[in-house]
Amino acid sequence: MKPLPVELDSLACERDQRELFASLSLQLEPGEVLQVAGPNGSGKTSLLRIMAGLLPPSAGDMRYGGDSVFSGTGRENWRQQRLYIGHAPAVKGALTAEENLAWLCALSRPVENDHIWQALEQVGLRGFEDVPCHNLSAGQQRRVALARLYLEQHPVWILDEPFTAIDKAGVAALETHILQHAARGGLVIMTTHHGLEHLPGVRCLDLGQVN
Amino acid sequence: MRQIVWLLFCREWRLAWRRPGDLLNPLVFFALVVSLFPLAVGPEPSMLRSMAPGVIWVAALLATLLSLDGLFRSDYEDGSLEQWVLSPHPLALMVLVKVLHHWMMSGLAMVLLAPLFGLMLALPLSSLPVLALTLLLGTPILSLLGAVGAALTVGLKSGGVLLALLILPLYIPVLILGTGAMDAALQGMPVTGFALWLGCLAVLALTLAPIAIAAGLRIGVSE
Repeated sequence: MKPLPVELDSLACERDQRELFASLSLQLEPGEVLQVAGPNGSGKTSLLRIMAGLLPPSAGDMRYGGDSVFSGTGRENWRQQRLYIGHAPAVKGALTAEENLAWLCALSRPVENDHIWQALEQVGLRGFEDVPCHNLSAGQQRRVALARLYLEQHPVWILDEPFTAIDKAGVAALETHILQHAARGGLVIMTTHHGLEHLPGVRCLDLGQVN
Repeated sequence: MRQIVWLLFCREWRLAWRRPGDLLNPLVFFALVVSLFPLAVGPEPSMLRSMAPGVIWVAALLATLLSLDGLFRSDYEDGSLEQWVLSPHPLALMVLVKVLHHWMMSGLAMVLLAPLFGLMLALPLSSLPVLALTLLLGTPILSLLGAVGAALTVGLKSGGVLLALLILPLYIPVLILGTGAMDAALQGMPVTGFALWLGCLAVLALTLAPIAIAAGLRIGVSE
């Protein structure tokens, strides 16, 4: 599916009668990587949740290819286009890595087991396919969630702190994968406290300075 | 659509199977309450018989309520619920599958156990099919209505008491119809009216509750 531009139009967010950000406008073209930065409590996660469609904005609109993602066909289309991996990785401790991935992918489109095994190998979990996830470390559980990036076909990725608990080699592999996705015309929106200055073509949105 | 229902059912089945404690808790509670009553009030068959419908129904109701508190909580805490809400598949359908699976593990098991406890409480054999039938129609209502409350209280750390306060008033018609049918059966009167009313409520709950549960979960996730 051909990615389309994402446009934020004077988006605002309010939590508990406190304004986190207001009149946030931004145009993102396919192939861009946007890092949302800012101090704790500046609304990074809220912005990502609004973009994913989990949280309604208090004002403003967001458009994907010209259609609002908050209503009508635009919302249905957006559901097929974006992949959101939140702070909580949605990995069930009682299920194995393979079962977790099979279910999470089936929520948008079922995938074959061979592909799941390949994806697990790519995130360095070869040999852990059949281990219940509560026996894995925090970093390994995060890797199970991130294996979805190798499996699913969504053009837009929304990632909340994807590097949490991941070791240096894992971070480098993930950075490469994100850049490859952008090079294929995908769009990546992510928050991280990890510096991305060394990566070419990463745009930064500092919510601390917007306010 | 059919595939996601089947996959979700398998996932719920695996999760329940790997944590059998959660599965057994409501049944053990049900069995304990029902079997303690004869010890407390004495073994007089006529007294037991008159109390039996009420005891079995109240025990089934409370067992369902207890087991529902955590229905969505673990999915909420580990972020699974966010992924459900974001999925292109209808959330109401997915929660219906989840609640029906939960009912099969708790309500249906109670329906199967109830005739045994009915015998223990000196109910005549002829009334046991009525007991099983009313529970079969009534327990899905209890599960579905309770799930609405569980969805609304999903973001709260200890929503148990609030859940009970929210949902118990809605359980009362089911309780009255269920025990009313049993009383009628014990007196040799027709029970069709009670059964039809319970069936009506079951169909109503089956149709509308999933939409309410989905709406409640959407609110919970957007907190």
